[in-house]
Amino acid sequence: MTLTPDAPAPPTAVVLEATGLTKHFPVRRSLRDIFKRTHEAVHAVDDVHLTLRRGQVVALVGESGSGKSTVARLLAQLYPRTDGDIQLHGESSRVKGGRQFRAYAKKVQMIFQDPFASLNPVHTIRYHLTRALKIHGNAGGNAQELEQALTELLNRVSLTPPERYLDKFPHELSGGQRQRVAIARALGANPEALLADEPVSMLDVSIRLGVLNLLRDLKERLNLAILYITHDIASARYFADETLVMYAGRMVEGGDSETVTQNPAHPYTRLLIDSAPDPDRIANMTADTADRGDGEPPSLIHPPTGCRFHPRCPVAMPRCSTDLPVRLEINDKPGHWAACWLYDTEPEAAK
Amino acid sequence: MSAEPVLEIKNLNVDYGLGDQAVRAVRDVSLTLHRGEVLGLAGESGSGKSTLAYGLTRLLPPPGVITGGEVIYHPEKGDAYDVLGLSDRGLRDFRWAETAIVFQGAMNSLNPVHKISTQLTDVLAAHEPKMSAHSRTARAREMLKLVGISADRMDAYPHQLSGGMRQRVMIGMALILQPQVVIMDEPTTALDVVMQRQILGQLIELRERLGFSVIFITHDLSLLVEFSNRIAIMYGGRIVEEAQAATLYKDSLHPYSAGLLGSFPALRGPRRELTGIPGSPPDLKGMPSGCSFHPRCPKAFDPCADTIPILGHPETPDGSVRTVACWLHPAAGSAAALASAKEQVS
Ligand SMILES: Nc1ncnc2c1ncn2[C@@H]1O[C@H](COP(=O)(O)OP(=O)(O)OP(=O)(O)O)[C@@H](O)[C@H]1O
Ligand SMILES: Nc1ncnc2c1ncn2[C@@H]1O[C@H](COP(=O)(O)OP(=O)(O)OP(=O)(O)O)[C@@H](O)[C@H]1O
Ligand code: SF4
Ligand SMILES: [Mg+2]
Ligand SMILES: [Mg+2]
Repeated sequence: MTLTPDAPAPPTAVVLEATGLTKHFPVRRSLRDIFKRTHEAVHAVDDVHLTLRRGQVVALVGESGSGKSTVARLLAQLYPRTDGDIQLHGESSRVKGGRQFRAYAKKVQMIFQDPFASLNPVHTIRYHLTRALKIHGNAGGNAQELEQALTELLNRVSLTPPERYLDKFPHELSGGQRQRVAIARALGANPEALLADEPVSMLDVSIRLGVLNLLRDLKERLNLAILYITHDIASARYFADETLVMYAGRMVEGGDSETVTQNPAHPYTRLLIDSAPDPDRIANMTADTADRGDGEPPSLIHPPTGCRFHPRCPVAMPRCSTDLPVRLEINDKPGHWAACWLYDTEPEAAK
Repeated sequence: MSAEPVLEIKNLNVDYGLGDQAVRAVRDVSLTLHRGEVLGLAGESGSGKSTLAYGLTRLLPPPGVITGGEVIYHPEKGDAYDVLGLSDRGLRDFRWAETAIVFQGAMNSLNPVHKISTQLTDVLAAHEPKMSAHSRTARAREMLKLVGISADRMDAYPHQLSGGMRQRVMIGMALILQPQVVIMDEPTTALDVVMQRQILGQLIELRERLGFSVIFITHDLSLLVEFSNRIAIMYGGRIVEEAQAATLYKDSLHPYSAGLLGSFPALRGPRRELTGIPGSPPDLKGMPSGCSFHPRCPKAFDPCADTIPILGHPETPDGSVRTVACWLHPAAGSAAALASAKEQVS
């Protein structure tokens, strides 16, 4: 992968923006709960802010189960949101019904987490791509134009020569090839924003590089706004302009990728970075058991009060268990923030 | 760790299909798993890792066929036997009581209509019928805790869990019967590193307590270096290098191992250019002659294109076993082969 230039990119047009995005999944109540009249819910996503700009990649990293896929699905409007707002080109959007959804999906496309499950095994690549082109009205007026559109799509994702792939079934392709087909299908809509949910996690390292380079290339050539969800924070460093970190349904840190990965501020981000596999560490493996990041992920039905990380946080203070931390500037690089009381510079009494 | 073997794979060959059309996915693989050991198996996509795992447990989907070799299992008590020669009945017992396998992509194989707690207790009910319902639930809860799923999510249905959570349920399911050999095929692809480290750490602890052995398949070599005792590297259906984890990391001999180690983006230190491994994995139907890695190998020389390298046994300072199949390291016995190979070429 090539390096992105370090000079700050000029502010570019906002494509998609989420404010206060929230999703609670109701838990199916047992008879006993009905008598108790409780309304329990999984607090999957709470108060998430996010901006996707043209030609930029935003990485969303975080613990398994922290709500990353849910954020992507909310942005794609596959789920109704519990609260908050989504703006496409500055206009609030809430789709109801198939027509509106199709119009929205033409602009905002999603690639799903699992390349093994996202393509229907009984249909050929031609079928999948034709369908995507037709739904979004990009299939052209006749068979020849359709064929041309198909060829172009496969060329874009470097599945060449296209004739070799068009009439294959998903199981005849490798994982990396299948993921490219999934990307081609999303591009069939000619979208402005691409929401990629763990697009390379299931792929091996050499293929992974290829798919990431492809996404980077598409971002540059088609000026796409990309949300890149991953649990591999090292790849976020290489691939994303900005990195956001989630923990237990909340955003806990954000900033440009190099700063977040090299100078992590939030204790969870630090734990994440310290836990990255590091072969050089095996020499002193036994001394290592202490910093394994003990403690279990929190319940999202009864999330911890105050800072959701406080039960596991090695530097928690008394207020952490009662007050919800706000976004605080870190002051090392512009735009670097963390939701953690460690960075509160004002004396508490002043508030 | 004892050097006592649990599973000895000898010259295993697996094909997909028959005759001329056959794809030779695993070729002449010999590998030994020792009691209490974590053996890592790494290699690019399509190198035959899953095929090897399914072959040795006889779970190959058609048109997969085992065309040769032996898989000798040494039970804790009793005599060793060849798994490939077992009757259907014997095989059933072997699979559940002695081995457990976490399939690649298994997160999609949970039954969508049952709660995860029920799926776990059902496995117990089927295989440990004497266990009380209460202890079954307790064991299920314990397993889920082990994989980091809080007790208030026990009654969730699979679709209510995230991808990584489903993957963790599958790991819990594999361990619930306390098998002797656990085979995990890419078990943590959907997990963040904190969780990965926690689960693997727990697994290692549990292994020390219960004494089972693990075959851990992944393409994430950096993970293996940390969590396994020994690592075997596969390329084009063959094992090309095998060594102690630390040795392989510090001093890999095969150029392919070096390529794999260099393909990871670095989290720490300066951002370096990533090269990956140039070229693409071999087509199993038209395997290159000689060393199958030679078209992609930066160090290929005379004999590589013509003659298959013999598995050498280079010496190690601590006397541990290591093997490598590469003409750069013609170990004892294969020097003569190299000489004759050179003669053939000239
Ligand atoms: N349909 C649903 N009903 C109830 N709970 C749900 C539903 N979908 C997701 N959840 C819960 O919401 C939380 C967040 O899930 P999500 O899939 O967004 O996590 P994630 O960050 O993508 O995790 P992973 O990295 O493992 O994919 C989880 O606790 C999950 O169990
Ligand atoms: N059912 C099948 N029919 C024909 N060929 C197959 C079949 N299953 C696998 N193969 C081929 O056998 C080879 C080895 O596949 P295998 O799944 O064992 O690789 P792997 O190392 O596990 O790869 P990955 O990392 O992608 O899981 C591949 O080239 C694959 O295309
Ligand atoms: S707010 Fe408190 S508990 Fe939360 S991460 Fe910061 S120090 Fe730790
Ligand atoms: Mg997810
Ligand atoms: Mg596999």
